[in-house]
Amino acid sequence: MASADTTVGAQLRGSPRGRWKWLGGTRGVDLIARLVTLAAALTVLVVTVWLVVDLWQTSRLPRHQFGFKFLLDRVWDPVFGHFGALPFVYGTLVTSAVAMAISVPLGVGAAIFLAELAPRNISDVLTFFIELLAAVPSVVFGVVGIFVVVPWVRTSFGPFLKDVLGFLPLFQGPNYGVCFLTAGLVLSIMVLPFIVSISREVLLSVPLELREGALALGSTKWESVWKVVVPTARTGILGSIFLALARALGETMAVTMVIGNTPKIAASLFAPGYSIAAVIANEFTEATGDLYLQSLVELGLVLFGVTLVLHAVARVLVQATAQKARSAA
Amino acid sequence: MNRLRWRKIVNAVMAAVTGLCALTAVAPLLFVLGLLAVKGASSINWSFLTQLPKPTGEIGGGMANAIVGSGQLLLLAAVFGVPLGVAGGIYLSEFGGWGVPFVVRYAADLLVSVPSIVIGIFAYAVVVIRMGHFSAIAGGFALGVMLLPIVVTNTEQFLRTVPVWLREGSLALGAGHWKTTISVVVPAAMQGILTGILLALARVAGETAPLLFTAFNNDYWARGFGQPVSSLPVRIYEYALSPYDDYHRQAWAAALLLLGLVLLVNVLSRLVLARRMAARRIA
Repeated sequence: MASADTTVGAQLRGSPRGRWKWLGGTRGVDLIARLVTLAAALTVLVVTVWLVVDLWQTSRLPRHQFGFKFLLDRVWDPVFGHFGALPFVYGTLVTSAVAMAISVPLGVGAAIFLAELAPRNISDVLTFFIELLAAVPSVVFGVVGIFVVVPWVRTSFGPFLKDVLGFLPLFQGPNYGVCFLTAGLVLSIMVLPFIVSISREVLLSVPLELREGALALGSTKWESVWKVVVPTARTGILGSIFLALARALGETMAVTMVIGNTPKIAASLFAPGYSIAAVIANEFTEATGDLYLQSLVELGLVLFGVTLVLHAVARVLVQATAQKARSAA
Repeated sequence: MNRLRWRKIVNAVMAAVTGLCALTAVAPLLFVLGLLAVKGASSINWSFLTQLPKPTGEIGGGMANAIVGSGQLLLLAAVFGVPLGVAGGIYLSEFGGWGVPFVVRYAADLLVSVPSIVIGIFAYAVVVIRMGHFSAIAGGFALGVMLLPIVVTNTEQFLRTVPVWLREGSLALGAGHWKTTISVVVPAAMQGILTGILLALARVAGETAPLLFTAFNNDYWARGFGQPVSSLPVRIYEYALSPYDDYHRQAWAAALLLLGLVLLVNVLSRLVLARRMAARRIA
């Protein structure tokens, strides 16, 4: 990177004065400062490695006892010391899928409007509000979820869905309000700002010439956006979706408060369920015995691994788009 | 000609549809704010701010200990995260070469992306098990672990926006590397660094999950940092799930208080940063 060449460090290292740094005075101070700040920077690395090692070691027991079957076993029975994570994995995936189904079209549509179609000052104001949404603490979403969204799903939205789409197994069975659907709805609002703000940035990075070219060939504004700009920014938008998905999978409080906390697998979105993060939040303090506690830690490790991979993929995608935009310009 | 009209209709319809998406995306924030104001504002009063929680079933009481507890936890998090974070950011921007900054940046990215409940497990294993009980220190450590990578990244980014010629001027006048950094580069980026720290604190202030099994909760004043301590988010969580109307009322009020503080810090910081950016564009 060019940035590495501009640091003073890079310039000083090549200078002859560097030889005197062991002799005290200014050089000595510089050396000490370098070492102290280096130590501070390395704490980030140390903490990260420590976290991974710690999770790995603290989840030894269930890994040895259950192996990979841990993730595929549907029985979670602390009383008999039998731990299978499938209900939690299922709940996490279903709620995230519902969240994505809502927030992806909504978020990408909003990003297109904000980046391409709206006047700049209106776009800036709306984006400001949408990004503030990302600052709302998740427990606040939980409060709104439990007191407003849950009754709404129970009395209005759920019955409406049953009337219209009741022939699908997804929308059958009793509806208590605390369910996969409610958790997915709340999650969709929580991850929306990530999709909107990153997709908008990616769209804005597409060079102006591409739009001008499309317009000059006689396309309408929408055609230039949909057939030229969006395809160019596609990988970056996909990256923003992966980031949002990582947030959704790891979200704890809001989901815990509305999902119903029942370790069951049900086809219906109206059924109460459980998610990985929720079961850790609920049972960690009352876990008796090493195997129980370590099974919860292993769930945390799984969550960590999945978000890690999603983040890595998202970063690559967003950076690839930025590079493409730069080379096209 | 018919085809052209169709294309124009599509154009207008899609503009309306995406515009509607944007409005729908803005609506939740306004909805949540309005709802909290309606449900919570009337319950924020003197006793709410100054009293301890009443025993279950009794009407009244307040969240004084949770408000102070949140402050304590943030203080601990700042003590752990801010000096290390700023120093680390200085290294990455001013002293780093190739290898170490690359690895540290990657680690910071990774740490930011860790779900907060997992940070809670980590703090439990590192602090709570060692101390033998829940404590403010464990909660502060958990929040500090979340704070550290954010502060490192922010500090580095703001230091990088300081123009190279400022450093060159200082070095040309004979100042050393560290002298240049601490009396020229850091002051030039100070406003941004401080704003970044405030934003990071506002972000961890609303975290509940990492506190559930580290700081835990406390119905009374915590004596010192070695005791379990109450905090606004955990208190909101507990009260919202309780079956009592009076607790629900207080949960709404506390949620309004928490959201108000977090949004205030966010709005002010963003305005400051926007002004800074605008000033740089003119310069």
